[in-house]
Amino acid sequence: MSLKTPVLDTEVIVTGVPQSKRRRQLRRTAESYAFLSPTMILLFVLMIIPIVMVIGYSLQDGAIIGKDHEFVGLDNYMAVLTNPSFWNATSNTVIFTVTSVVAHLIIGLGFAMMLNSTLIGAVPRAIFRGLYVLPWLFTVAVIAVLWRMLLAPNGVINFLLNTNIEWLASPQLALGTVTFINIWAGYPFFMVSLLAGLQGIPSDLYEAASIDGAGPVQRFWNVTVPQLRPIIVSLVLLDLIWTSQQFALIWMTTGGGPINVTEVLSTFTYKLAFAKYDFSQAATSAVLVLLMSMVLAVFYVRHQKARD
Amino acid sequence: MTRAGQGHSKALKIAGAAIAAGSLMLVTGCSGGSSDGATGDAGGDVTIEFAQWWEPELPDGEFRALIDKFEAENPGITVELVSGPYASTKEQLFAGAASGTMPDVVGLDGAWVNDFASQGVIANLTDLMADAGYDDSQLASQIQVDGGTYMIPVVNFVYPMFTNDDLLAEAGVTTPPTNRTEFADAAQKVTALGGDVSGWVLPLSLEAPNGVQNDVMSWVWASGGSMLNDGQPDLTNADVTSAVDYIQGLWDDGVIAAGSFTMKEQDKVEEFTNGRVGMMIDSLAHINLIRETNPDLNFSISAIPAEDGYDGERGIPYASWGIGVAENSEHKDAAFKLVSFLMSEDVNSELSTMANAFPGNTQSVPDFVNDDELFKTAFDIYQASYPANEFTGLPVAEELMRLFGEQLQAALDGQQSVDEALQKAQDAWVAEF
Repeated sequence: MSLKTPVLDTEVIVTGVPQSKRRRQLRRTAESYAFLSPTMILLFVLMIIPIVMVIGYSLQDGAIIGKDHEFVGLDNYMAVLTNPSFWNATSNTVIFTVTSVVAHLIIGLGFAMMLNSTLIGAVPRAIFRGLYVLPWLFTVAVIAVLWRMLLAPNGVINFLLNTNIEWLASPQLALGTVTFINIWAGYPFFMVSLLAGLQGIPSDLYEAASIDGAGPVQRFWNVTVPQLRPIIVSLVLLDLIWTSQQFALIWMTTGGGPINVTEVLSTFTYKLAFAKYDFSQAATSAVLVLLMSMVLAVFYVRHQKARD
Repeated sequence: MTRAGQGHSKALKIAGAAIAAGSLMLVTGCSGGSSDGATGDAGGDVTIEFAQWWEPELPDGEFRALIDKFEAENPGITVELVSGPYASTKEQLFAGAASGTMPDVVGLDGAWVNDFASQGVIANLTDLMADAGYDDSQLASQIQVDGGTYMIPVVNFVYPMFTNDDLLAEAGVTTPPTNRTEFADAAQKVTALGGDVSGWVLPLSLEAPNGVQNDVMSWVWASGGSMLNDGQPDLTNADVTSAVDYIQGLWDDGVIAAGSFTMKEQDKVEEFTNGRVGMMIDSLAHINLIRETNPDLNFSISAIPAEDGYDGERGIPYASWGIGVAENSEHKDAAFKLVSFLMSEDVNSELSTMANAFPGNTQSVPDFVNDDELFKTAFDIYQASYPANEFTGLPVAEELMRLFGEQLQAALDGQQSVDEALQKAQDAWVAEF
């Protein structure tokens, strides 16, 4: 006669009490959510609630400061979308953003390739690396003050060029000038990221290409660019989102002027909120900016998913 | 699993729950809090908050000492100073207005009063004065909205004309100009000195558009003119047109320093301090700054030139450190005690002396008037003029300046005529009213 021992699963051994499968599943799910809850609560309170509130304001009249809030449907959207200043700001934002991103990419890639080159020694490379990354170390406020002083009619740039050009105060030059300052401030992000990417490209690929008779230009287009493409796409999408929301630099250098030539969506929205105290229309403008940014964000997420 | 293993698993779960609870507390801590700036304690004492930008602009510790004096005179009332730069204070007050958490006593700029009063977030001081039996006859001015006082100017900073006497002398101008023709002539002569020197400086930045108030409208007020008619915009009248035409003329003559369209008040002061402009209209508050930055600069102040032949009383622009009481304050009586303390004759003299400003109490006399020749001159100009700032108490005052500034810039840039600019500005202002 043999003695049979019942076979217990791990859960029973741990808890000492046999549980139904459904209860175990429920408990496991609850635990998962308990661990996720801090992040979910923070996201809910700091992201979802404010966004929903702003969308709510955009559908009201006299939001925040008005004594009586009234639901007005899409009236604020009609008002903002038929406001010529909004389209002027949109146009300026597109010019400012696209020019900045393209220049960031070209300058960042150029400097990254130079720093990755074997043609320069270790010491000069370290010096250049330090110099090139310098703009990234300054805060926007410092950059704005610095360039305002450099570009002043009596500033260093005009002194060196022996001119008296109103770089920031001229309606013809102001948008180009703030775009230039933004390019200067932002290229190191591209440079550092692309340099990391370049350092990860196996040298075998270049050697194989050389053996196949590829010159420097062909190696660049057929080895370097394809290898960097995932990084470039991510950087460009992120930079498009960030640059389209640039506020502090423009506000502190030109305030959206002269006249309205450097007015971008962020300064337009700020003025609606804090100069006109029209928080309903400011919320509307902010929601429109959010929608535009979300288009870019969707592309970014899809690109990231495709990489994974 | 061993007993130790079970304990580990339990500890992990407890830690997870604790983090979740902690996050909740953090979040509620961030969004919660007292909705009332004032607090009371069991002993009946009250603490009132006073938000202003004045303390950082005064010599270190002097404003706190004044408040300590108030606390000593009013046992049971503690004043908590909430001090920050002007821009931060403004943002804090507007956020407080939206959320109903304004500090009990607030430093106010005349440009904000209409908006706050319309929102009902600042108290009607006329009622508080009546409740306290306060005699307002000594107050130099009161800022009213719909017949009620909402702000009392504590000290005033006037904006006379500063002249660089060495530059003017070098250009052959022996006395500061008193009318527009003399001013234009002096500006041309100074500009003719060459180099990077200009006759006048005009800041028209749209980020901080107060140049429209201090440097443009001051020409209107100096000749007794007005930009309003029965409280409504009247930008196309002869006074404003004449002043803007005059400025357009100065611009066309090339006597205005380069960079106007993005220039701010501090840039203007810097240009003058560095001896690059002959004349500017600026706050008296900058006298010490100019002296400290360039001790060798030989400058004087005088009244803003008026239209040729004008002999009436001249308006002189001013900016105020105003004071008000929050509607949501639970201790309005204590808050008003602080207001009346700051407006009392001796205290107001003391505060004016600290700030190098003119008092809001007509009986107060700041010490510097007797000690400093420039301030004495300024005080004489102040007393011979009437304080003029028509932007005070207007709705969205800063936006009105910006709208005017945009049109003026377009006119100066040659994109439109002065008449067109004034008509467009008028239409934009009417829409805001």
